[in-house]
Parts: sequence; structure tokens; C-alpha cells
Amino acid sequence: MSDITKKSLTEIVNLIKKKEVKSEEVTLSFIKNIDKDKKLNSFITKCSDQALIRAKTFDKKPNLEKLIPGIPIAVKDLFCTQGVKTTAGSKMLENFTPNYESTITENLWNEGAFLLGKLNCDEYAMGSSNETSYYGNVINPVAENTVPGGSSGGSASALAADLTPTTIGTDTGGSIRQPASFTGTVGLKPTYGLCSRWGIVAFASSLDQAGPMTKTVQDSALMLEAMASFDVKDSTSINKKKENYSKKLTDNIKGLKIGIPKEYRVEGMPREIDQLWENGKKILKESGAEIVDISLPNTKYALPAYYIVAPAEASSNLARYDGVKYGFRSSNGNNLIEMYENTRSEGFGDEVKRRILIGTYVLSSGYYDAYYIKAQKVRQLIKNDFDKSFKNVDAILTPSTPSSAFKIGEKKNDPISMYLNDIFTVPVNLAGLPAISIPAGKDNNNYPLGLQFIGKALDEQKLLNIAYAVENKINFKQNLNKWWER
Amino acid sequence: MSIDKDKIKHVSKLARISVNDKKIDGLTKDLTSIFKFIEQLNELNTDKVEPLSSILNEPLRTREDKITDGKMREKILENSPQKNEEFFIVPKVIE
Repeated sequence: MSDITKKSLTEIVNLIKKKEVKSEEVTLSFIKNIDKDKKLNSFITKCSDQALIRAKTFDKKPNLEKLIPGIPIAVKDLFCTQGVKTTAGSKMLENFTPNYESTITENLWNEGAFLLGKLNCDEYAMGSSNETSYYGNVINPVAENTVPGGSSGGSASALAADLTPTTIGTDTGGSIRQPASFTGTVGLKPTYGLCSRWGIVAFASSLDQAGPMTKTVQDSALMLEAMASFDVKDSTSINKKKENYSKKLTDNIKGLKIGIPKEYRVEGMPREIDQLWENGKKILKESGAEIVDISLPNTKYALPAYYIVAPAEASSNLARYDGVKYGFRSSNGNNLIEMYENTRSEGFGDEVKRRILIGTYVLSSGYYDAYYIKAQKVRQLIKNDFDKSFKNVDAILTPSTPSSAFKIGEKKNDPISMYLNDIFTVPVNLAGLPAISIPAGKDNNNYPLGLQFIGKALDEQKLLNIAYAVENKINFKQNLNKWWER
Repeated sequence: MSIDKDKIKHVSKLARISVNDKKIDGLTKDLTSIFKFIEQLNELNTDKVEPLSSILNEPLRTREDKITDGKMREKILENSPQKNEEFFIVPKVIE
């Protein structure tokens, strides 16, 4: 059989269901790729032995009725996995082994999958290049000196390099879609509340949302089907019935209206990205969709509002890391307060500390109204912009990122230029909407570029259909030469 | 809003993060540029806008006040950096 690790998740699932391949063979093939990798640094924890046992157990009595039977999956190290170390990319949680399983991973295992490993990410998911992880930079399989994006950089890198057939990430301001765009993969951020946040290490609770990262749109539909559920343990989980996204997937998008927001044409955007966007419009028209010019006037204020709301929520979420109940504790300090201060100073990295300080500042007495309440008002304006547009269109098309993958170290010392990378993805989180990034072309360096579709809340099916139709016509090919094995 | 070293020291005290003197200059510079960026929001008039704290249309659910788990003291203590039988140990608080 041709290299099984190059196949899509859906293809592998079909082979297993037709009994043409065993889970053990699939699992071994991915483990072989993981072991051959010398450079990407996408894994924090490998679970090869445990995965093989699970594969063999599956093969003895395969339940082929499940959605993803016998599939090994490596997940972002932000999802708590029972009995397997969960670090969130931080020194703070270097020795943390949860006694419980996140709802999302539990859902995957209930659909027949099992854990292949835990993937590197920016520390507490704070970063856009996977350069803030305590466990080192992750490299983009697309080119040796480039970042994979972040914060789900390990997930994107492992997926693009065929080290896992599918993966999951979390997206607070673009952390699924931006790395998907940088690595030529598909990343979906679902509607806020569709996938349970229970058991995911928290960053900014009103923005965090887990989603699938896959090689194809069809895989994305299948994974979302497995992940989404109503969960009483997450008070923001939406109570709605399960959808069969993969079965209902169609590339018939005739008559749909797609909005093009003029505010997303930003100054200094490379010509290649403009061309990519034009090409997306062309394909949509050929598929029978109608292109509509729209305006989202407050777009430029999304990023500044995000950099108040997200750090504020982070400073409050991360207050729990005090060196007492779990996680790292500093041995320096003569009293309780000094122990707290040293634990947090030594246990957190620079970017995390920076964001906690920003968050603490904007929430502090005397500044709360000027910053935090102001940002929440701006968030309302951004949501209103989308609500108004969605009265006239079914979805919105934009580029996923303002550039292709950048060089390691290129933006590390300039936080603002790093933050600007999420300019097209952040508004979606503020408005709680679903959005998907699909690989849509390449730049002069042969680095992938992504297009983003934004949908109405809980309208994932239509969003997937549109992405599926465009994916079929683009026919993106990756062609990586596996330099990381040398 | 200008960010100076004293302000950073005050906020780091509130956040319970000790900031050493070597790092404080870099932090001052970074936070100054970040706040300059954030303060673009002041261009917008938001007097008549309600702040949005939750994106969900429905209010948060409440649950019945009943125990759904428990009896997991040992499991919880397993991850503690310092413990003694059934207690978390912290530096001495009362002399």
C-alpha cells in the first residue's frame, strides 16, 4: 500500500472500516515518522507504546460503527489527558499529570480514537509563532528556518509533516487558523460554545475555543462531528443537537452570498495575498455563489480591544498558579508572599508575564473603566458589524493572515508586529463566530497561504460546504521533501 | 498613559510576580508600546454602547447545588509540590 501517513483522515477511516488496514499498521506508520523526525520539535510527550497497545486492543475487537475507529491522534498539550503529563508549553506545569480527561479528548476516545502524543504549543497558548514554549521552538515543515505559527504550532507542524493523521488545537485569537495557514493545512475555529472548554488549560475564557486541524475540509467536518457536544461541566456550552457535518457535506454552493469586507485590505499587504483573495472570489463565482461588497468598519479596533480583553482574562485565569496545589514551586522566598512571587516569576516565561501584567493593569482600580469596559464596548461594536453584514450574506471571505510564515526570531523582539499577525483572525473570536482557514496557494518562496471563511454563529455546515467547494477547485499540493529526517 | 518603572513595580506586586531590575527596562519599553497601540480605542466614541461581557445569547446556566464528585483528596494531593499527609504545605504564615 502507498504511504498511509500521507492519506487524509477520512481515507484512513474508510480503509479501517473496510478492513483493508489494521489500526496497528496505521499507528506503527505514524510512530515511524515521529521517530525519524530530528528537527521539528513538535512533540512534548510521545505516547508510542501506549498507543500501540490501544491499537492492538482495537484490532482484536474493532467497533467499526464509530466515527474515527482505531485512529491514533496527537493533541495540543493544552488538553488535559488523564495520566499523561499536560504542560501547556510552560515550566509551571512541567510535572503536572491530570487525574481527569478533557471533554474534547474524551469525545474523541469515545468515537474510537486514542492518544498518540502531546504537541508543543506557545506557553499557555500565548503566541503566534511557537517561540514562547518552555520546550523550545517548533519548526515549520515547509522550510527549516521558519515558524509554524502559533499558538497551536506543534499541532500544525506535526500534521503537515505526517506525524499524526489529524489533530486538535485551541483558538483564542487565531491560534488554529494562523498556524494552519502557515503550514498548508485546514484549521477550523467553531462557534464559541460548540465545543466544551472543560479540561482545557484556560487562557481567555470568553474567547477560547477548541477545534480540529486536518489535511482536508472533509476531515475537518468529521472531526468537528466527533468533538462537538453539550457539556454540563462547561457553563458556556451550547445545548443543541448533534449534527452530521461530514455526511451532509456538499460542494453545491449555488446562490450563496459571500461578503468581501473592504477593511481587510490592509496597507503593506503582499500582492500575492491580494491575488489569492481575488482568486478565491473567482472560484466562488464559478461555483455559482454571489460576491457582495461589505463593510466591517470597526475592524481596525479589534486587535487593540483583544489586547485588553484577552490579557485581563488571562491575568485572572492564571492567578491559580501559586505553587501550592499543583505545578512548579520556587525554592526561593522567606514567606508565603515571596514564595508566590518567585514561583510565578520563575515558572512563567516572558510573554506570559507580560500579558499577566497588562491584564492586571487594565483591571486595576482607577483603570478598569478606561481600558476594560472600553474594550468590552468596542467588542460590542465589532459584533454589531458582523450581525449587520450577516443580514445580507451567508459567509465572509478574507485572507487568513497578512503574510506567509516568517523567519524564526524575526518578530520575537517586537510584540506589536507579532500581534499584528492575528489581525484577520482576532475579530472572529471577539464576535464568537465560526471560521475556517484552508490552504489556497503559495507565495514566491513556495510557502503556503490561506483563505479564511467566516460564518454565522452555529452555521458550521454552510461554512464547511463553502470551504469544501473552494478546496476542490484549488487542488492545493504540499510536496514536502522530509528534510527533517536528515 | 505613560508606563514607568514605578507603575510596573506596583502592578507586578498586584500580580504576585517578582520582576528583577535587569528586566524592568525592557518591560517598560514593551508595555509602553503595547499601551500606545491599545489606546487607539480612544478614537472611538462609545458613550451609547453597552459593554459586551458574554457572546452567548442566553444567560449562564445555573446548576442544582449538589455534590457530583468527591472523595478524591489523595488524587488531588498527588500533584502538590509539597504535602504532608492530607495537607498542602506552605511557608510558615503565623509566627
